[in-house]
Amino acid sequence: MKTNEEKTAGKELPAEGTVITGSEALIFSLLKENADTIFGYPGGAIMPVYDALFDYRDQLNHVLVRHEQGAAHAAESYAKILGKTGVVLVTSGPGATNLVTGLANAMIDSVPMVAFSGQVSSNLLGTDAFQETDVIGITMPVTKWNYQITSAEEIPEIVAKAFYIASTGRPGPVMIDITKDAQFGKIKWHYEKCRRIRSYFPYPKVQMDKVEKAAHLINKAQKPLLIAGRGILISKAEEELMNLVTKADIPVTTTLLGLSSFPVDHPLNVGMPGMHGNMAPNIKTNECDLLIAIGMRFDDRITGRLDDYANQAKIIHIEIDHSEIGKNVTSDVAIVADAKDALSRLLPLVKENDHKEWVESFRKEYKKEYEKVIKPARESKGLDIKMDEVVHLISDKTDGQAIVVTDVGQHQMVVARNYCFKQARSFVTSGGLGTMGFGLPAAVGAKVARPDRVVLGFAGDGGFQMTIQELGTIAQHKLPVKMILLNNSFLGMVRQWQDMFFDKRYSFTELANPAFTKIASEGYGIASRYIEKREDLEKAVDEMLDTEGPFLLEVKVMKEQNVFPMVPAGASVSHMVTE
Amino acid sequence: MEKIKEFTIKVYSENNIGLLNRLTIIFTRRKINIESLTTSEYHIPGVHSFTIVVNSTETMIRKIISQIQKLVDVMKAFYYHSDEIIYQEIALYKVPTSALLESNEIENLVRRYNARILEVTPEYTAIEKTGHKEDTQELLEKLKPFGLLEFVRSGRVAITKPMKELAVHLQELEEATNYTND
Ligand SMILES: Cc1ncc(C[n+]2csc(CCOP(=O)(O)OP(=O)(O)O)c2C)c(N)n1
Repeated sequence: MKTNEEKTAGKELPAEGTVITGSEALIFSLLKENADTIFGYPGGAIMPVYDALFDYRDQLNHVLVRHEQGAAHAAESYAKILGKTGVVLVTSGPGATNLVTGLANAMIDSVPMVAFSGQVSSNLLGTDAFQETDVIGITMPVTKWNYQITSAEEIPEIVAKAFYIASTGRPGPVMIDITKDAQFGKIKWHYEKCRRIRSYFPYPKVQMDKVEKAAHLINKAQKPLLIAGRGILISKAEEELMNLVTKADIPVTTTLLGLSSFPVDHPLNVGMPGMHGNMAPNIKTNECDLLIAIGMRFDDRITGRLDDYANQAKIIHIEIDHSEIGKNVTSDVAIVADAKDALSRLLPLVKENDHKEWVESFRKEYKKEYEKVIKPARESKGLDIKMDEVVHLISDKTDGQAIVVTDVGQHQMVVARNYCFKQARSFVTSGGLGTMGFGLPAAVGAKVARPDRVVLGFAGDGGFQMTIQELGTIAQHKLPVKMILLNNSFLGMVRQWQDMFFDKRYSFTELANPAFTKIASEGYGIASRYIEKREDLEKAVDEMLDTEGPFLLEVKVMKEQNVFPMVPAGASVSHMVTE
Repeated sequence: MEKIKEFTIKVYSENNIGLLNRLTIIFTRRKINIESLTTSEYHIPGVHSFTIVVNSTETMIRKIISQIQKLVDVMKAFYYHSDEIIYQEIALYKVPTSALLESNEIENLVRRYNARILEVTPEYTAIEKTGHKEDTQELLEKLKPFGLLEFVRSGRVAITKPMKELAVHLQELEEATNYTND
């Protein structure tokens, strides 16, 4: 594959010193950063850039979304799948404010992204000019870094800095606001990649004394448990993780955002921890003698009640962001470093070991969960289809090889629990922020990132309607995304909490829904199928997977299915309830 | 419950627009009030320093320092207990000159509190006192009965007792960092 730099070099990336506009400088800078895709939406204040883009649309694939929030989610998904910085381009004012949810989502899930917004001319700043808004002020709390460019000269240097900051250390979104006069201004072209910033310390070097201590703890542990977070995927340390846990025989639990970092069908994979995770990793968290947490931040949805979390265990925390050390859980050994770097230094110091009985004890716990919760949901005999059977069937039909995207709610947890991920970087979900409406645009981003892989987008009937307009993007760009709408006619997850903790008072959680398949097929020309009977399910799934283009499969599922097991909010991880 | 104490935070950073905002967001997110804040250029060119006083627990302050240190434009952040720094605040008082002339009480206060008179005009007299907050506050209370017209106190400025220089800290950080992972 040719890099963009080469492709453009063949065409016309200008020679150093050539006089170009700020807008051209932005396009060339993106190419220099090896960007190949932009998710965006035009408007007045960014028109010069769109005009410059027109000549380079072969090198920079522009995906026209239907709402700027969708651009951010799509870019996030693209970044999560490829491990590469996502690029967003929007206009000023409402274009920029529409990005805020997407930036917040990328921030809390540590996703490398650079978003550009147009801005009114610098002489109008602060005057409430048409479509002026304080983008820098608004996005400050939800970005890793942001900057307003007011002259063309700044563009190459700031773009280089933006990509460097977004993609290094703990990644995050960067917002760059560019005034219209900077887009029109003229500069002499010159580009230099950013390799360091004086006040920024992205990759702390591994401290070997800490690694030795960690190895010592691992070598003497009888009942070790490893939690793999998204940091494994960010640092591309799947192989190092595999080597460590197979050498020392350590059970692995992957967080929601760490899913697919370790094959689900591996004998050492003991499932997901947390609120709707599996019983074994939760219960065993309070029984292990060593907890090794890598690239994760002990989110409250994972720890449950903090003062009853792994008190008996020694804790090793490997994490690149020093501010996460001791933020929620105190560790005995903290290695502040990139996961891949730390793991590859740890491996030679860790002895071969086996913890047969200990690993077996997880399986026993799983069997209990399987009999009590998993099997009844997957092999439901009742009239209504349960979400689990749909996900389980699709997992089988795709052999765990698809890219799976979800929205937020019950179906998200059901997918996380039932899809048998076999490949890394195959799961995209909104973890930290829990953003309904994330799923559909994220499916767009995933398909754009990997046209060669099957992309499944699961959603609930609530979240699907939050960004349903992205069906337009799917149709226009002919993106063969497979959408599975698990329709329970409720805001399911909220209804479940009302059922369990609010006396079944279903306050505003029931939805009167449109004919989704009509919207898809008649409105957007997207093939679709609606089913409500179990006997039609398999055929419909086959039809979906066999269809070449995009497809919407709407399954009417049980209205009041609750997702179990569950660590109720504020309870200890060892107190999971199954009904 | 851990005790709430007064802490002085020192932040050394690039002098970039918006950094002050990013700093204060870290406090407002956790609903911590900033008691005082002073910024100035440091003696190393291009480095800016912030002195921030807050009341909180040490555990909380440690987390906050970590989050400040994480900001892209921040070079280094520290926190200090009051006995680890030498600090001062400056207070300015404006009283009617008539009150000054009526008796020598104000002059006595100025002498007793080690304050000084900056300016005397027919209408007002400006007094300056440097010291800790308790001292400038005490003088304020004493001057109130004389028809005090205006009062202002600066944020804290502080230098630290530990001898290790910022440059050394920065060098250590630099040596402990990889700037790219390739
Ligand atoms: C933007 C946004 N608004 C509200 C919520 C709160 N919330 C969490 S889950 C949920 C229900 C989701 O319902 P649906 O999309 O139908 O999915 P289900 O839970 O039924 O699978 C709601 C309202 C949220 N997470 N995000």
